[in-house]
Amino acid sequence: MFDIATQLFEGQDIRFGPIDYEKDPEVESRWTHNAGFMRLYEFEPARPMSAAIVKKQYEKLEKKIDEDKNLYHFMIRAKADDRLIGKAVIQRIEWANGNCSVRVGIGSTADQRKGYGTQALKMLLRFAFAELNLFRVSANVAEYNKGAFALMRKFGFVEEVRRRQALEREGRRWDLFVFGLLKDEWVNQVSA
Amino acid sequence: MRDLFRGELVRLTSEEPDARARIEVRWPLDTEFHRLADGDPAELTSQKKLKEEFEKRAEGGFTPERYFFCVRTLDDDKHIGFLSLWLDLIHGDVMVGVGIGERDYWGKGYGTDLMKLCLQYAFMELNAHRVSLGVLEYNPRAMRAYERAGFRLEGCTRKDLLREGKRFDSLWMGILREEWLQQQNGVKP
Repeated sequence: MFDIATQLFEGQDIRFGPIDYEKDPEVESRWTHNAGFMRLYEFEPARPMSAAIVKKQYEKLEKKIDEDKNLYHFMIRAKADDRLIGKAVIQRIEWANGNCSVRVGIGSTADQRKGYGTQALKMLLRFAFAELNLFRVSANVAEYNKGAFALMRKFGFVEEVRRRQALEREGRRWDLFVFGLLKDEWVNQVSA
Repeated sequence: MRDLFRGELVRLTSEEPDARARIEVRWPLDTEFHRLADGDPAELTSQKKLKEEFEKRAEGGFTPERYFFCVRTLDDDKHIGFLSLWLDLIHGDVMVGVGIGERDYWGKGYGTDLMKLCLQYAFMELNAHRVSLGVLEYNPRAMRAYERAGFRLEGCTRKDLLREGKRFDSLWMGILREEWLQQQNGVKP
């Protein structure tokens, strides 16, 4: 498992790549027209975004990465045909404490429930712990996001905080959970 | 109507950028203050830069999601701290940033009184559904003040602080509108 020659950006069926300004905006624009996806991926109100808006967001994102130095952003692509299937992000890195927060999204309904999210999180955790040398990884999960709960359990994340009624959607309040995974917990897992 | 800006020991004010910078430039020099208030590394900012930031805030005018206050004592009218509230307009959640920079005023009930004003403002003026804050494991004094004001512990993010070579947790607290209202009507939590 711990081998210097390990390809960090290659998974079984997916790979991580940079933003493609030619092709990606149109694909991601399509995802934003699916309110179901947006509501699972963001706590902000879902809203459709044109390819032009998505492109502007990519530019803003890359500028922020450059200036703040506390964010890593990967496009998830299918190895079979190189199409864009999602995004994997390490954000809010606190270098002095060794903390960060992760986010994975699989954009189109057709690509969901295929194990791509699991592969992406596996690569993301390896990158966070074995490349960035961080000490812990957090993830915020809304009560209604059952898929995310399953993913957290699969990787041994511990439910640490339950922020009661922190979200409102569909006319009712939902709790917001913070999950955490420590480096030694991850090391034990991957060495087992 | 109650007085939103006046408690029993402190009041909420807005200070002139120049005066505020002159006082607050000293606070981070006390690194214990910084470490109790914040998990980030200590840093120092010039009075000039602070003043410019406060001026920028003043020029920015009204924004519905950010509320910044200074804190003055009632007995000697001294500027001792700050209170900042960030309102998530969509979900009705207020995040609190608070600190008493003058250490002579620690442990004397000013913080508890300030937190009561904070909750009154969040629920009665911002109409929040809940109020949230984080507190560091090695700051039990702050935690007691938050508990006295009605906050409840909602969990802790394990070992997310590294100070003096040791790992500590961050604790996360919250209070719901209905809990605060019950407390105002004399119902014990």
